[in-house]
Amino acid sequence: MISVRNVSKSYGDVRALEDVSLEVERGESCAIIGPSGCGKSTLLLIISGLLQPSSGEVYIENKIVGGPVKNAALILQDYGLFPWKTVYDNVALGLRIRGVERDVEREKVEGLLEKFGLKRFDRYYPKHLSGGMRQRVAIARALAVEPEILLMDEPLSSLDALSREKMQNFLLNLWKETKTTMILVTHSIEEAVFLGKKIVVLTPRPGRVKAIVNNPKVGKEDYRQEEVYFEKCREIREIIEVGAT
Amino acid sequence: MQGDKRDNRGWSYLGTLIILLILWKGLSVLIAHPALPSPEVVLASLINSAHELSRHAAVSLLRVVYALLLAFSLAFPAGILSREDTVDRLISPLIYLLYPIPHIVLLPLYILLFGIGDFSRVALIATILFFQIAVTTRDAARQVSEYYIYSIKSLGASKLDVYRYVIIPAAMPKIITALRISVGTAVAVLFFAESFATNTGLGYVILDSWSRADYEIMYAAIAAMALLGFSLYIILEIAERRICRWM
Ligand SMILES: Nc1ncnc2c1ncn2[C@@H]1O[C@H](COP(=O)(O)OP(=O)(O)OP(=O)(O)O)[C@@H](O)[C@H]1O
Ligand SMILES: [Mg+2]
Repeated sequence: MISVRNVSKSYGDVRALEDVSLEVERGESCAIIGPSGCGKSTLLLIISGLLQPSSGEVYIENKIVGGPVKNAALILQDYGLFPWKTVYDNVALGLRIRGVERDVEREKVEGLLEKFGLKRFDRYYPKHLSGGMRQRVAIARALAVEPEILLMDEPLSSLDALSREKMQNFLLNLWKETKTTMILVTHSIEEAVFLGKKIVVLTPRPGRVKAIVNNPKVGKEDYRQEEVYFEKCREIREIIEVGAT
Repeated sequence: MQGDKRDNRGWSYLGTLIILLILWKGLSVLIAHPALPSPEVVLASLINSAHELSRHAAVSLLRVVYALLLAFSLAFPAGILSREDTVDRLISPLIYLLYPIPHIVLLPLYILLFGIGDFSRVALIATILFFQIAVTTRDAARQVSEYYIYSIKSLGASKLDVYRYVIIPAAMPKIITALRISVGTAVAVLFFAESFATNTGLGYVILDSWSRADYEIMYAAIAAMALLGFSLYIILEIAERRICRWM
């Protein structure tokens, strides 16, 4: 279980987060939604242990997080891939850092590339890929190290509506298949409702928790067509609009 | 596509060269003074003195290459490690205080310290290059987005990994550009460094033939020096294209 307790973060005079508390169960998916600049990326960095909060703390399986969390993989908004590495090398990077043997690495990476439909592009550099392919590479790289926790910062925001739905389905199936704990930052209400078993709504900066909404029906591709789904979207939209002028 | 671009560049270099030659020819006809021989005369003397000149060109080339290597091997780590605030606090003031000083005036000092041998010459060129490369490398290293660092740290990277997989490759394009620019400086300083206490190098040939009013050799040596700078520049450009294929 991931437990964020009373976390605040200031960058100098800028208060980015204030007294944020939330819990994500093991194997659960959680969507974090909030206006631009409210501290979503900051929160994700704090959960992954890469950034120290100004106050408060994060616990994972009851252990306090003091440095980079080992079994977590992070996919960052816009900086997810290294443009100077080929698709193959990007995906292999985590394994290489861990000192995995080359033939084990090769097998693993090629398996992932195959699975994600990237096999033909293994020698390409990211700039030659479409947005959707880049995101798949970023996800493949995160998965290569078999993380128990997957943290994603607006992974689909650069995609057009159609590829976005495809990638949402992809993430949904991935989550069901691998049983990873997934935390996903998004701007989109529909995406939050489609992917988040728990939806955390943050206020404008400084980000505070405005509401935590449970979304138990999540988990099927045709959830998008169901009445409950529309209800949830409406509910979230109302929460966001309350007090916002 | 890539090939097309390269071909186009080749043609445009050639076009520019032809225009320059035509201008040169026109000017030499117009002025009609032995101080400006026409291009074909220079070319002829370049060919005639090729054997003699190539010896000097090799010496000059070695001096520049040693200087580039020396400067790079000091400036690269100093610049890259300036990403660490502790290192930067130490190195940065030093660089920024000493950078604006015209280092060329250090030649007498170097000759007093290191003697009149080639080391003084190489050291002088290297000093000047050091600052150009170090300043650019430092800025490039410090501009690498913090988010790339987060990204690699989340994969469990050590400090060394961060440099190896992120900071150095990210800064590389700017560093090579700095190297490329510094080639021009290096050749200019080379000329100065070869202007006395030596009887080798293209700089020496230029000055010597100048004093003897042997303009053909002088121009041949000038052309050879330009060629030397140009070839180094091209080599670095090829290296850049290879190393920074991802750009
Ligand atoms: N390193 C930093 N130094 C100073 N201020 C920062 C830094 N990083 C973020 N901020 C500020 O903190 C606030 C929260 O930033 P953060 O990136 O977490 O927001 P976000 O919700 O992810 O925004 P977006 O939706 O645009 O991605 C913003 O106002 C931002 O300007
Ligand atoms: Mg963000």
